[in-house]
Amino acid sequence: MNVVLRAIGNVFWSMPKGLAVTFKHLFKKPVTLDYPHQKKPMSPRYRGLHYLERYDDGSERCVCCGLCAAACPADCIYMEPEENEKGERRARIYEINMLRCIFCGYCEEACPEEAIFLGREYEFSDYDRDSFIYTKVQMLVTSPRKDNPFKWIIRKVRRVYGVPEPSL
Amino acid sequence: MATETMHINMGPQHPSTHGVLRVELDVDGETVVRARPVIGYLHTGIEKTMESKLYYKAIPCTDRMDYLNPMGNNLGYSLAIEKLMGIEVPDRVKWVRVILAELTRLNSHIVWLGTHALDLGAMSMLLYTFRERESILDVYEACSGQRMMSSYIRIGGLAHDIPRDFDKVVKRILDEFPDKLQDYEALLTDNEIFINRTKGVAVISAEEAINLSLTGPMLRGCGVNYDVRKAEPYSGYENFDFDIPLGKNGDAYDRYLIRLAEMRQSLRIVRQAIDGMPEGPYRARVPGVVLPPKEDVLHKMESMIFHFKIITEGFKAPQGAVYQAIESPKGELGFYISSDGSNKPNRVRVRPPAFINLGSLPSLVEGRLFSDVVCAIGSIDIILGEVDR
Repeated sequence: MNVVLRAIGNVFWSMPKGLAVTFKHLFKKPVTLDYPHQKKPMSPRYRGLHYLERYDDGSERCVCCGLCAAACPADCIYMEPEENEKGERRARIYEINMLRCIFCGYCEEACPEEAIFLGREYEFSDYDRDSFIYTKVQMLVTSPRKDNPFKWIIRKVRRVYGVPEPSL
Repeated sequence: MATETMHINMGPQHPSTHGVLRVELDVDGETVVRARPVIGYLHTGIEKTMESKLYYKAIPCTDRMDYLNPMGNNLGYSLAIEKLMGIEVPDRVKWVRVILAELTRLNSHIVWLGTHALDLGAMSMLLYTFRERESILDVYEACSGQRMMSSYIRIGGLAHDIPRDFDKVVKRILDEFPDKLQDYEALLTDNEIFINRTKGVAVISAEEAINLSLTGPMLRGCGVNYDVRKAEPYSGYENFDFDIPLGKNGDAYDRYLIRLAEMRQSLRIVRQAIDGMPEGPYRARVPGVVLPPKEDVLHKMESMIFHFKIITEGFKAPQGAVYQAIESPKGELGFYISSDGSNKPNRVRVRPPAFINLGSLPSLVEGRLFSDVVCAIGSIDIILGEVDR
């Protein structure tokens, strides 16, 4: 008797209850996206492909201090400094190995010149490993990006350090 | 009829071993005589890697252990280091951490629910649960910038302050989730097939569970009331009002009910936390240990010096050892860190709940039917990234 009651309960109550849930979804809008054609908007803080920022006058922000390389948990940043014609320090070589990079954003947090940022691009693929070593030329933006994710860029122009006057 | 036992390897590429677990099974017909889990296929040496890194650089490593519980892992490690250094974090940080840790519990439990139901043949569950997971991952992305490997909770605070629309997004999850939980219950709780596959399957007694040092829903399924959030409150959990759901029979069905009830309790905690969120800084001010705010780094010389010093040299921790446990979705997640006074930990040992809970697999399945192995593995809720580390 108990078995019969359970079977009846099954057919007329618990199974239809479950099926009702799936049936309800027939009339709902799909939640999936048609990916390569439609894309999800990224959060402003998204950590994607790196880029090197410039000042408004077009000069490079990066002074090659090496703090991003020191902060990097994956040790994927390599750099060598040089001086430009005005005697300002900048990077001669600046490379990030994107295959080693874990996109943790430590470099962005460490940078005291607000030069390196993680952008919103996440689709970069290639056929060989060498092309994943991104160089300075590839990462340096042509003009300052206006949609900077972190609005903590406060200094618009480069700090100028002159030789102090002798106080005698 | 004379039969002989057969040796079967289940996995490491079996779809319902949740990753790369191999189970060596001796079966006599349909009955499992002996079961032995073989692990190590996903060994990444995370504990050892953390020993070679400065304290603050080890946080991205913790994300990658239990990849469904990144915020919880960050929280456990950060709390351990804060205990070692004697840092007291602001209330706002504690509240945000509680919200994120509970959202992470939801995230982990719904993925468990989807995959466990999928293992048992309920295909549509996975699609529904992954839809809800999306809304939680959106919160992660809004806070930290990444959907899984968040690294958001740092030593002494958070990476950044929470975004401006944080309240709104979290409240939307809070409003929507109870309905979704009802849908899940309608699909599974009374479902005859699900009940037949889980009720009375993978049973473990309370005594044995304690002897095997099981924690989390595995232990509470047997009716043992142990939850780190209540037993040793951390990060301000003593300020929130919530219950610990307990089971009776210690079978897979009870564990399912407990996880569903835990999700409801998590929602309750998040609601309390979001309503009573205090104002304040998002990072403790401890010069030389916690990074100063970025605005100060750009304008003040002392902050700049500390910024450079912390990033290049880290900070030196006092000699000694600490153990800090948190209640991760799987159970007690503990970090044992011993320091020799330098800027790197001498030894980091993680007490992974999934690894220790997996040790109960032989006692769950031996003497039972072969098809119950899948249900047993699923109900333990293992993440191989954490088992092997």
